[in-house]
Amino acid sequence: MTHITLTPNIEHADDFYADLLAAHDGLTKPQSDAYNARLLLVLANHIGDPEVLKAALEAAKART
Amino acid sequence: MNKIFEVPMYPYARHPDQDEVTPVRRPVVIIGAGPIGLGAAIDLAQQDIPVVILDDNDKVSFGSRAICFAKRPLEILDRLGCGAPMVDKGELWNKGRVFFGEKNVYTFDLLEEEGHKNPAFINLQQYYFEEYMVDRVFALQAEGKPIEIRGKNRVDAIGAHDTHVTLEIDTPDGPYNLEADWLIAADGANSPTRRMLGLDFDGRVFEDNFLIADVIMKADFPTERWFWFDPPFNKGQSALLHKQPDDVWRIDLQLGWDIDKEEEKKPENVIPRLKAMLGDDAEFELEWVSIYTFQCRRMDRFRYGRTLFAGDAAHQVSPFGARGANSGLQDTDNLAWKLKLVIDGTADASLLDTYSDERVYGADENILNSTRSTDFITPKSEMSRILRDAVLDLSEQHEFARPLVNSGRLSVPCTYDGSSLNGPDELGGPERTRVGSPCVDVKLKTGYLLDMLGDKFTILTIDTDAPDTLTEAGITATRLALSTSDDPTGALHERYLDEASNGIYLIRPDQHVAARWDTYNETAMRAAIRTAIGKE
Ligand SMILES: Cc1cc2nc3c(=O)[nH]c(=O)nc-3n(C[C@H](O)[C@H](O)[C@H](O)COP(=O)(O)OP(=O)(O)OC[C@H]3O[C@@H](n4cnc5c(N)ncnc54)[C@H](O)[C@@H]3O)c2cc1C
Repeated sequence: MTHITLTPNIEHADDFYADLLAAHDGLTKPQSDAYNARLLLVLANHIGDPEVLKAALEAAKART
Repeated sequence: MNKIFEVPMYPYARHPDQDEVTPVRRPVVIIGAGPIGLGAAIDLAQQDIPVVILDDNDKVSFGSRAICFAKRPLEILDRLGCGAPMVDKGELWNKGRVFFGEKNVYTFDLLEEEGHKNPAFINLQQYYFEEYMVDRVFALQAEGKPIEIRGKNRVDAIGAHDTHVTLEIDTPDGPYNLEADWLIAADGANSPTRRMLGLDFDGRVFEDNFLIADVIMKADFPTERWFWFDPPFNKGQSALLHKQPDDVWRIDLQLGWDIDKEEEKKPENVIPRLKAMLGDDAEFELEWVSIYTFQCRRMDRFRYGRTLFAGDAAHQVSPFGARGANSGLQDTDNLAWKLKLVIDGTADASLLDTYSDERVYGADENILNSTRSTDFITPKSEMSRILRDAVLDLSEQHEFARPLVNSGRLSVPCTYDGSSLNGPDELGGPERTRVGSPCVDVKLKTGYLLDMLGDKFTILTIDTDAPDTLTEAGITATRLALSTSDDPTGALHERYLDEASNGIYLIRPDQHVAARWDTYNETAMRAAIRTAIGKE
């Protein structure tokens, strides 16, 4: 039923995380927010599958 | 100035009904000679149902209002005998540009599919649109069809009864009463009928105002739809520029919520705004200015006993997407044949409840689309603005983001998925002509498909056999026998068969697909006809 990968899937996770932080270096808060929004849209388009996107929207919700 | 919208087209004339002591009973009375009332009247009169249209005015729409008309309504109007002059006069367009801030982020082309009689869109002032419809009413009258418009006849009171509706009408000669077996309320967004019958009109009023200006200007902008998000000349808001015939340009400027409408409408305030947009040297004349606060809402249902609501009286959407008049004409397209069958005694009055069901479904689709456009154009929170701007930023370089840009999803016809009138879908044919859909046009060697379908039940066969006519439950369906070889371009095959090698369609008078199979089966066809008129 779940179409989404929620187990480790990023090769060299530390490198990716460092790149993500580096992408925000020197940006103001509004610039960073805008960057995050663009990044999110680029990734969402790459995924494409509406079922996976729905599952991702769900998975990202904060637990209460 | 002597504009068409300033000339009385159907001036008041005293009618013998006004001299009767007991109110005269009419089969169908329509309140409102806007596009929707006129459409309903023409459709019914063409089928020999006597109709009387009452309007408190005697002229066409003041100012242009609706300007953008889509393929499906043009097809309907063609069937009503007034589509051709509209297409001839209208501005055809299929290109557009999107601007974000100072930049033209991208240009689009709504590539037109081949083989359709009518274009995807035309721009035409609503006053011309109505003028051609009124001309058609007069032409029908000249042919002896039972149709009349009574100008300066204002309906002041309505009484709803089980068997009829009573109307109190005021005229320059004083009041008179009329009765109607059926009443069509096409009396616009503020529908007095709705109010007089005490009916609700729920929905969402958006907190926004738009300055709508039509200017007459000789300019060499192309006939394209230009839409601005956050332009320098209207910071933080949006703007639209679109061409109409006779060098008239439609300009929409979003103004925001907290404004003084009367002030904003004054030429001394409008002109500087337009100059900021069009340039200081632009020479233009104002034809019409209005301020528009829009809303998305609909009535709970569109049939209340013997009163049927259609057009803006029944539902309203924001102007983004041009869905107002376009969807109203789909109301009358859906209503006219059903009402005829009920009046003729062929169908039960409950068939009219399916008018409500199908068109409420259509209205919800329009409201959903126009609400989404509004949320994109006017972001409601900081994060929705960040996301919106991200889409626009990306759209310049990356094609993927363009479908997310929403400056109005232009009107497309509604498919009545799940309607109780739908029969079996057993062809495995194309999605776009599935049961519930309006038929898609095809250019055949001998003419256009939609012209051949007309306004009666049709059995369309493609490379398969069926009897020439079939009568069931008072309905005679006539066969239209086609072969894929009638269309050398292959569009008939692609639009109606797809994987299948032959097919048979039952098509309703409003040209929506009622059922489809691969071959003829008499029992199944008879059942589908009964289902399509609410008898199964
Ligand atoms: C700025 C703007 C832009 C728009 N752009 C588009 C567009 O591009 N495409 C589109 O499809 N739609 C558009 N629309 C919407 C479109 O104009 C309406 O949807 C359309 O006019 C509705 O037609 P109608 O016949 O239902 O109502 P109306 O056109 O409002 O007609 C109602 C009629 O009823 C009459 N009436 C009212 N009360 C009474 C009474 N008591 N007795 C007798 N008669 C009465 C009125 O005089 C009027 O003639 C736009 C609207 C606006 C305001």
